[in-house]
Amino acid sequence: MKPAIEIRNLGKEYTLTTTQPYVALRDIISGSVKNMFKSAKEKKEKFWALEDINLDIMPGERVGIIGRNGAGKSTLLKIISRITPPTTGSAIIRGRVGSLLEVGTGFHPELTGRENIYLNGSILGLKKTEINKQLDAIIDFSGVEKFIDTPLKHYSSGMQLRLAFSVAAHLEPEILLIDEVLAVGDAAFQKKCLGKMEEVSKKDGRTILFVSHNMDTIRNFCPTTILLDEGKVISKGSTENTINEYVARHLETNAEMNWEKGVLSYTQGVSLHRAFLHNENGELISRFDTTEKIGVTIEYEVLKDDVVFTHGINLYNQENINIFNSHDVTSEIRLEKRVKGKYKAIAWIPGNLLPEGIFTISIALFLPNPLDILVHEHQVLSFETYTNFLKLSARGNYADDFPGVIRPLLQWEALKIS
Amino acid sequence: MEKFTTNIHPPSGFSLGLKELWQYRELFYFFTWRDIKVKYKQTYLGILWALLQPLGMMLIFTFLFSKTWKIDTTPVQYPIFVLAGLILWNLFSSSVSHAGESMIQNANIIKKIYFPRLIIPGSSLLVAFFDFLMGLLLFLIFCVIYKQPVHWSAVYYFPAAIFIIVVAAFGAGTFLAALNVKYRDFRYTIAFMLQVLFFASQVFYPMQYIQQSWLKYVLAANPVNTAIGLFRAPLSGSPVDATFLGIGMASTILILLIGLYYFRKTEAFFADLA
Repeated sequence: MKPAIEIRNLGKEYTLTTTQPYVALRDIISGSVKNMFKSAKEKKEKFWALEDINLDIMPGERVGIIGRNGAGKSTLLKIISRITPPTTGSAIIRGRVGSLLEVGTGFHPELTGRENIYLNGSILGLKKTEINKQLDAIIDFSGVEKFIDTPLKHYSSGMQLRLAFSVAAHLEPEILLIDEVLAVGDAAFQKKCLGKMEEVSKKDGRTILFVSHNMDTIRNFCPTTILLDEGKVISKGSTENTINEYVARHLETNAEMNWEKGVLSYTQGVSLHRAFLHNENGELISRFDTTEKIGVTIEYEVLKDDVVFTHGINLYNQENINIFNSHDVTSEIRLEKRVKGKYKAIAWIPGNLLPEGIFTISIALFLPNPLDILVHEHQVLSFETYTNFLKLSARGNYADDFPGVIRPLLQWEALKIS
Repeated sequence: MEKFTTNIHPPSGFSLGLKELWQYRELFYFFTWRDIKVKYKQTYLGILWALLQPLGMMLIFTFLFSKTWKIDTTPVQYPIFVLAGLILWNLFSSSVSHAGESMIQNANIIKKIYFPRLIIPGSSLLVAFFDFLMGLLLFLIFCVIYKQPVHWSAVYYFPAAIFIIVVAAFGAGTFLAALNVKYRDFRYTIAFMLQVLFFASQVFYPMQYIQQSWLKYVLAANPVNTAIGLFRAPLSGSPVDATFLGIGMASTILILLIGLYYFRKTEAFFADLA
C-alpha cells in the first residue's frame, strides 16, 4: 500500500519583514526617491519555517503533530492543504484532502443557518449532493434546529460554533487536517465531535493529521505522533514516547530555576536564588509518577536581620487552572525573626493527588498579615506526571480516559450488611 | 482513490488551471450565490435596486445631455442610446471594482482553505452580470416603449458586445485583484481610474462627436467603446468600423492575458501576503 501522504525534502522559507507582509505602493514610490540619494539597501532577513521534512503517512493513520509555537506545525498543514506552496521539495497526497484550520470559515452573518451549512460545506470541499445527504444529520448534531432558518447574525457565538463544528464533524475526505480548531468551544461538544471523527476514521480508514497543544486530546485521538522543533522533524513514533520526548526537550530545564543575581526584595532584604523539583531521594527530576511525592525546594538569602516572612507556591495544570495554593503554616522558623544568611524551604506535594498531565509552579515569598508579596516568580518550574501501573493509584488498573482535576486515592469501605 | 492524487511542488511554469477550475465549479456557484443573496438581503429594495440604478442614471443623463445640451443621437432616441451605454458601462465598472476588492474581502477564507483562486474574482464578475441582466431587461422594455427598431443582426452584435465587456472586465479585475493583495493602497486608485475611463467611453456621447482622428484611435483601444459600438450598431443601422473593431479586440485580448498571467503568477503567495 502506498502512503497517503509522502513528503520529500520539503522546505518553506519566509522573508521576515519588520513591517507588514504586503507593501504600500506609496512606500515603493517614496522608497525609490529615497534610494536615489542613498544606495544602501535594507537587508531582508530570511528564515526556514520548515526544513528538509521527510514523512510517510499511511492510509488510515491518525497522527498527532506537537511542538512549541513557531515549530512549523501549522505551516506543514498549510502546505499539505495547498494554501501556501513549499520553497523546496515535494509532497504527494493520495486522496481528497479536507482541511479544518478554522471552524466556520466563510460563515456569513446575513445568511441563515441552513444556507451557511451549504456555503461552509462547499468551502470545506463537500459536494452539494453530499451536503444534501448529510443535511439532516448536521442540523441534528448541532442542536440548533429551531433556528436553522434564522440569519446567523441572530445566533449566539456558542450556537455559531456548534453549527460550525457539526459541518466539520461530517466532512468525509480521505485525508483530514485539523489544526487546533477544537481548542475552542465547550468541552462536551468538542468531545462529541472528536468521537464522531474517530468513529468515521475507524470505519472508513481515514487518515487524520491533528495539530494540538493539548496532550490529552492527542493521547486519546492519535496512536502516532510527530514532534516538530524549529522546522524539523525531531521524532515520529508512538504518542507516549513522542510526548515524553517533547516534555524532556522543552520542560526538563524547568525542573530547576537559578537566579544568578537573585530576585531581590528591596523593602525586606530577601533574595530568591534557586528553586527546583526533586523526589524523596533528592534527585532533581521533572517526571514523577502520580503516586510519588514531589518536593519543591526554594533557596533564598536573607540580607538583613529581624525579617519575618513566609514561603508559598501556586500549582497550575496545563489548562492553566490553579489547582491549589499553599504557604508555610507548619515550619518552626516561619514566625521567627530571621538573621542574615542562606535558607531553604521544602514543600512536599503528596503522591496520589494529581492526575497525569503537565503542571507548572509559581514561587512566592511574602508577609502573610497584612499580605505583602516580596517576591513572586510566575510558573517558573514545571513537571509532568505519568501513571505507573505497578503502583496502586486511584486508577487501579483502568487504563482509559480518566478525567478530573485532582485524583486522590480515597479510602473505600465496603461490607455486606445483610 | 488514485484519481485524487495531488503533487505539491514549489511554484513553477504557467497554466490556466482550467481542469481544476471545473472540479471546483460547485464552489464557484456557491460563492456567486452567496454574494447575490447577501447583496440583495442587505438592501431594502432588494432586487428592484438593480433596475432603479440604471433607470435613475438614464433619467439624469437624458435631462442633462438631451434636453439641456442637445446631444444629437439620431436615428436612436437619447434615452435608448444612453441606456445601452449605461448598462454595458455598469457591467464593466462594477465587475472591475468588485473583482479588484474581492481577494482582500475574502482574505480570511484564502488563508484557511485551498481552492483555485480565480473563483473569487470570477464570482464577483458573475454577481455584476446578474445585475446586468436586470439592466438588459429594462433596456428591452424601453425599446418597446420607445418603439425602437432593432435590426436582426442584434442576435450576434449584442452577445459579442457583452462578451467583450466580460472578457476585458475579467482581465482587468483579476489584474487589480492580484495587485491589491500586494500593494494594499492600490484600491484607492481604482475608483479614480474608473471615473477617467467613464469619460473616455462613449456612454453619454456618440463617437462621432470626437473631432481629432488620433484621439479616435486611442479611444478605440478602450474595450468599453468597442462593446458599446457593437451594441448600438443594430439600433442605429450604421456599420461597424473594422479598424476600430480590430484595435478594440486586440486590446481586450491583451488585457485578459496580462490580467490572467499576473494573477496566476502571484496567486500561490496570496495566503502568505493577505
